[in-house]
Amino acid sequence: MGLEIEFKDLSGYPIGQSNWKQASYTMMKCKSFLGSSVGQKFLVAITGLGLSGFVLTHMLGNLLLFVGPDAYNLYGHKLTSTPLIYIAEVGLIVLFLTHFGLTMKLTRENRASRPVAPNQLPSNVVKRASFASRTMALSGLMILAFAVLHLVTFKFGTYYETTVDGVPMRDLYRLVAEEFQKEWYTAFYLVCMVILFTHLSHGFTAAFQSLGLQSSRNKLLKRSGFIFAVLVGGGFFIQPLYMYFWGGN
Amino acid sequence: MKLHLKIWRQKGPQEAGSFKDYSVDNASEHMSFLEMLDFLNTSLVQKGEEAVQFDHDCREGICGSCSLVINGNPHGPETGTATCQLHMRKFKDGDTIVIEPFRAKAFPVIRDLSVNRTAFDRIMEAGGFCSVNTGNAPEANAILIGKETAEKAMDSAACIGCGACVAACKNASAMLFVSAKVSQLALLPQGNPERGRRVRNMVAQMDQEMFGACSNTGSCEAACPKEIKLENIARLNREMVRAAWVE
Repeated sequence: MGLEIEFKDLSGYPIGQSNWKQASYTMMKCKSFLGSSVGQKFLVAITGLGLSGFVLTHMLGNLLLFVGPDAYNLYGHKLTSTPLIYIAEVGLIVLFLTHFGLTMKLTRENRASRPVAPNQLPSNVVKRASFASRTMALSGLMILAFAVLHLVTFKFGTYYETTVDGVPMRDLYRLVAEEFQKEWYTAFYLVCMVILFTHLSHGFTAAFQSLGLQSSRNKLLKRSGFIFAVLVGGGFFIQPLYMYFWGGN
Repeated sequence: MKLHLKIWRQKGPQEAGSFKDYSVDNASEHMSFLEMLDFLNTSLVQKGEEAVQFDHDCREGICGSCSLVINGNPHGPETGTATCQLHMRKFKDGDTIVIEPFRAKAFPVIRDLSVNRTAFDRIMEAGGFCSVNTGNAPEANAILIGKETAEKAMDSAACIGCGACVAACKNASAMLFVSAKVSQLALLPQGNPERGRRVRNMVAQMDQEMFGACSNTGSCEAACPKEIKLENIARLNREMVRAAWVE
């Protein structure tokens, strides 16, 4: 029976504990890590990568638009008829809320840290950050607004029915084709995809920095954001264009 | 050369500041930026006006005392150069130069262009040291350190703690400074025993001082007079994760 003295460092982290495996200490360690700005950015990065994974699969799935109405509708039907979809949806909402909540909190704090707006550096000076990196909060909010509108238009939009191989299912292809016959909607959609591109081009690379995985040796990881954004943004860009020009018939 | 200067004048931390116009008529292009300000101050004193207060010490680019945001650039438009090592030949005759203090909640203005950067000292006090008694210098081959590791530690140790990273950042984040200090010690065996608590304490102090979080924009790296790399920030993040899992 030794003398129990609690040692804590500045962040409330227990140090020098022989019984550090106890649950209460694990809690203290988690609180200390997640209470720090570094820990919070870590969570933003993890959730951001999760959401990146979602947009990637969403883009890849939508490539079936090029195959034809039946393939696309069948994909949508298979995806929504499994009970696993509810787990995936809850997961997605958790990812989104964490990402949104933390970034808004951090943005507010960051603004407070900088009482005077940073100077707009002249464009010929190298000491400036990329446009995408300076406007992450704004592009994020625009993507949020777009996502809500997108759900209203498609997920909760008009329900057409069709049958593929005798199975009745939703004719989502028809709705997509109808929506992208509108010039203004297609144009708005394309603008939103450019915004998504800028958000991903900075965010995807930055996530690996926040997770501590970037190094000067790994050039590919540094460029990964641009590559990923071209892939996802580009994929989402050609789909409405295709539907506008060739989706009507 | 003839120069038009727009200089931030502020009487004290609580007072409101504003830009004031000055002109320097016969500055030499061989002057350093600080010498040009000395030159201006001499003329102001001769006219019975108050001299512009600014920070400086070694004027050799190694002490980290000089600051100034020149035309929107911390330490001026040159890369890898502190204000004291910036020369007037980098400007043109008849140029208008805007001179401001470093702007951050954690760096309150003392007067004019001089800011209080003791927040950095408090971060260092929280963990930027080795608390072992090292005694005499050990025999050189007793602790072997790889060349690459030694170079990386040395690159991180080049940080002079001037605060340009904070001034350049849209969030006034001190991550580049803290990460350089954490990296320098985490890379070497002498800093190893305390690396976990060091990074936790320094980050906790950094947050407490009201520096912002890192948005990974990279402005700090571009503004750093010692060209400290963003890689250090990745290492700091890594150290924090390691400290939470391993220790």
